[in-house]
Formats: sequence, C-alpha cells, structure tokens
Amino acid sequence: MRFFLIQSLNGLALGGLLFLLSSGFSLIFGLMRVANLAHGAFFMLGAYVGLSALRAGLGFVPAVLLGGLAIAVLGGLAERFLLRRLAGKTLPQVLITLGIAFIIGDASLLIWSGDPMPLPIPQALSGAVPLFGVFFPKYRLAVVAISVVVAAVLWLLLERTRIGAMIRAGVDDMEMARGLGIAVPRLFTIVFCIGAALAGMGGVLGGPILSVYPGLDMDMLPLALIVLILGGAGNLLGAFAGSYFIGFLYTFGQALLPDLAYVILFLPMVAALALRPQGLFRLRAA
Amino acid sequence: MKRLAVRAAIAVLFLVPAFLPFDYYVNIASQILIAAVFASSLNLLVGYGGLISLGHAGYLGTSAYVAAWLVTRGGLSHLWASLGAVGLTTVMAAVFGVLSLRATGLGFVMITLALGQILWGVAYRWVSLTGGDNGLSGFSRPHPFGLELSSANAFYLFALAVFALAFLFVSIFVRSTFGAGLQGARDQPRRLQALGWDVWSIRFVTFVIAGFWGAVAGVLYADYNQFVSPHVLALTNSAEVLLMVIAGGAGTLLGPIVGAAVVVLLKNVVSAYVTRWVLLLGLVFVVIVLYMPEGLVPGIERLRFRRRPLHRGARA
Repeated sequence: MRFFLIQSLNGLALGGLLFLLSSGFSLIFGLMRVANLAHGAFFMLGAYVGLSALRAGLGFVPAVLLGGLAIAVLGGLAERFLLRRLAGKTLPQVLITLGIAFIIGDASLLIWSGDPMPLPIPQALSGAVPLFGVFFPKYRLAVVAISVVVAAVLWLLLERTRIGAMIRAGVDDMEMARGLGIAVPRLFTIVFCIGAALAGMGGVLGGPILSVYPGLDMDMLPLALIVLILGGAGNLLGAFAGSYFIGFLYTFGQALLPDLAYVILFLPMVAALALRPQGLFRLRAA
Repeated sequence: MKRLAVRAAIAVLFLVPAFLPFDYYVNIASQILIAAVFASSLNLLVGYGGLISLGHAGYLGTSAYVAAWLVTRGGLSHLWASLGAVGLTTVMAAVFGVLSLRATGLGFVMITLALGQILWGVAYRWVSLTGGDNGLSGFSRPHPFGLELSSANAFYLFALAVFALAFLFVSIFVRSTFGAGLQGARDQPRRLQALGWDVWSIRFVTFVIAGFWGAVAGVLYADYNQFVSPHVLALTNSAEVLLMVIAGGAGTLLGPIVGAAVVVLLKNVVSAYVTRWVLLLGLVFVVIVLYMPEGLVPGIERLRFRRRPLHRGARA
C-alpha cells in the first residue's frame, strides 16, 4: 500500500512535468502541423538556464520564469526566422527542428559539461508532509499543483480569450481562419513561443526531480510524442490525460520492471496504432 | 556512354585500396561503402516512396546487435548469425511496417521515430540481454569461403561486393514496374489506387525491402566494428542516414552514395579536429534544408545541363 501511494505520487509528479512538456508540443502540432522535434531540447535547455540562474543566486521562482522566458525567445526566433521560411512544407520543417535539437543538445554539452546535475529544491518546498499515513515530498506535490494550475490557465486562454478563439479556429480549419482575416503567421509565432515557454519552465521545474544531463532532451521527446499520439493533436484535455497516464505507466514500470519500463511505455501507443488508426486524431491527415 | 562511365567508376572503386597508402584511408572507404548500403536502403523509402523515416537506424542497429549476440553469446558461426540477424530484422521490419504505414506524412515520421526509440531503449536499458551501455564486444570478423577479412584491404573488397549487390538490386528495383508503382504511390496515390494498384501493399513491400538492406548494412557494420553499442540505435544515427539521403539527393541512385561519402568524410575529418560532430550535423541539416532541399546530385546535374532552376524550395 505504502509502495503504491508513493509511486502514485511520483507518477503524478512526472505526469505534471509531462503535461508542461506535451501541452505545448500538442498545441504546436495541432495548429502548425509541425512536429517540433526540438521540444525535448527546449525542456533540457530550460533546465540548464534555470540551473545557471540558481547558481547566480536567483530564487527558484525567478529561475523558473527566466528559463521559460529564455526558451520562449529562442523558440520565437526559430519560428520566425527558420520555420516561417519553410511555411507550408511540413517535412522540411520537421527536419529543421531536428537540426535545431542537435545544435541545442551539443551546445549544451559544450557549455554545461556532461555531468548530471540536480537542481536544488527550493527551501520552502523541501521536506515532506504526512498524507494518508505516508510522507510525501512537498516539492512533488507542488509540481502536481502547478501543472493543474497551468492546465487551467491554458484552458481559460484557449476557451475564454480572443487569441484562444483564433488558435482554436486555426486548429480546426486553417484555410477558413485565414479567410476570416486572422493573422495566421503571427498566431504561429505566439503559439510557438507559448509552447517553448511551457517546455522551458517544465525543464526548470523538473530539474530537482529528474536532474539535468545530456540526453535529457532525447529522453523527453519520445514521451511528448507518445502523449501526442494518445491524446490527440491540439487537444488540451487529451494532453492532460495522456501525460498523467504515461507518468503513471512509466513510474510503475520503472519500479516493477526496470529493464523494460521504457518499452512498456510504448505499448499503449502501439495498441492505439494497431487498433484504432482512424482514432489517431488526425495524424493521418498530415 | 553512361554505361561506360559506370563501369569506369566500378573499376576505380576496386582500385581504391591499391592507391591508398594507409589502412586508415582504406577503412574510411569501407565505412563509406557500409553507409552507402544503409543510405541506399533508406532512399527506397524516402526518395522513391516519399515516406520519411526517422527510425532507420533501428534496422542497422538491430541486425548488428542480433549478429553480435548470436556469435558472442549464442555460439553460432558468422554465416548463421548473419542470416539470423538479417532474417529477424526483416521480420521486425514487417511488423514495424504494419504499424508505421497506418499513417503517411508527418504521422509516419513520428511513428518511425517512436519505434526507433523503443529499440534504443531496449538496447540501453535491458542490460542483461544487450550489455546496456557497454554494448556487445568480443566479436571477430567472419571468414566467408575461407577468406581472411581481418586486413583493411580484404574487408574493403568484401564490403564492396555487398555494396555492388545492393546497388544492382536498387537500380533494377527502381526501374521495374514495381518501382514505377512506388513512385506513382509517392506522387499520385489516389490516381494509382484508381488504376487498380494497391498503394498500401506497394509501400509495405518497400518498407520491408528497405529494412532488409538496412539489416545487411547492419551485419557489415558489426563485422567492421566488431563491437555494437546503443549509440548505433540512437536518433542521431537515424538522422545521420537521413541526412546522407537528403544531402546527396533523395530519389536518385547516386545521391545516397555521394551523401554517404560526404557525411562519412566530414565526420572523420571533423572528428580529427573537434569533438562537436553532433553540433555540425545539426548545422548541416539546417543549411541543407534551407538552401539545398533537392540535394547535391540533382543540384550538380542541374548545373551541368544548365536547366532552369527547379523549385528552389526555401522561399515559397
């Protein structure tokens, strides 16, 4: 029982981090039809920026914000100056994001060296609280809470604001949205920045749990892909459910079958592909 | 004229080891041949089939792992291990083909990437089976028909023979009716379907064939390096071979070979001076996609025949 409670919380915390990673990935894919293969690299770079900010003496919250901001700027520049030049050409866009991922990954190795480095847990959130007779680390609870808040804010942004309505219109029918006078290129840049910022903040928040190390980028990217395939493109609720599902699956897999945890992770994806290809949430239409 | 040029090229390839004074260069030539087989197999999918796979290292890697495992832990001879590796990997390609071809375009890219990552995960995490990060070593080179392949020159000729077979196969394949069907499926799938072709089956068969030749390249890889580690299954390796195809010219016979030569040479030359190969790989990717989307071989042909520029791609 104890084991299940503790692993459940770990699963929740990982799910929260995955949501920060994959909600942006999913929005970008849904709107722009770009599988941003640099998204894992954004996550990792965010964590590194956060690490440097913490080492420079900043507090944890400013570090998270700085990580998000830095990656948002980087993502915005990449979208504006690289992806937009290839507008409408899906596959070259995917290839260029892969190139960006490699550049970020290798440059990070050059700057921050190859050692895994955990980010320190902020003072206020260190320690554990008793819950159901088990001591839960406060920080992991906080990560879960933050992901829920972010999900709520994103939902409000998409459902209750003008810009959100524009994004939804773009996801549903790009041609029509364009025809109605929505400035689609600017919308792309905005969504790309939001997605990148979420990934960057997720990286900093994940730092104390996952540490930051070379290869974190390519560890996270497939997780975002699976969540996207399970949850559907541009579907916030799907990304939320998928993230927590994968968070649980990976945590329990790692605890019970460490050798095969990584493979187990992909089984639901394979099942989804094999059983309900048309349910693949418009992947086919790409 | 063209046939003569091809024969001359083959003769030159045979003579390469004789003119290269050091084993180092002969070994690089062998690496180019292995990469060329690998890239040509991916070119069937990417160039002729219009299906961009980001998991092609999975076939080379799985085959190399199986061959090394069967020899070092299974105690099989090289011949049986190689046949087993190619056979098993081809079966795997069939399974992966069924899964991947549920989608085309972007969906296909992402599914192949995810499947490739599964294989990487198995190699890296399933330590009891694959040796984990340490990989499998203690693998010797084979002795086909009593020939000794441990010298650089002998291995080069062995790799050349396999490469020649692969090249012959690919050139016949793409000129065959089936190859025409494949290119039709790439350009006009709906019309082809209307003409009574089974587009899915064409793609599936091509997927399996690409997996088969990827597996052949994998056996060569294992023989050459006498060592396999999870690195061979990493996404960078899939990206590298895709870069060879795209840089050289997807959908041309010579493109992947030129691309393989350029990438292998670049990698070896750069690695001698700096350790930042992945960074350079990323930069080359960005530059090629932006400025030379059609690849080197079509680009050079365009210059030679002074045709009007094809689509420039970058600025639509």
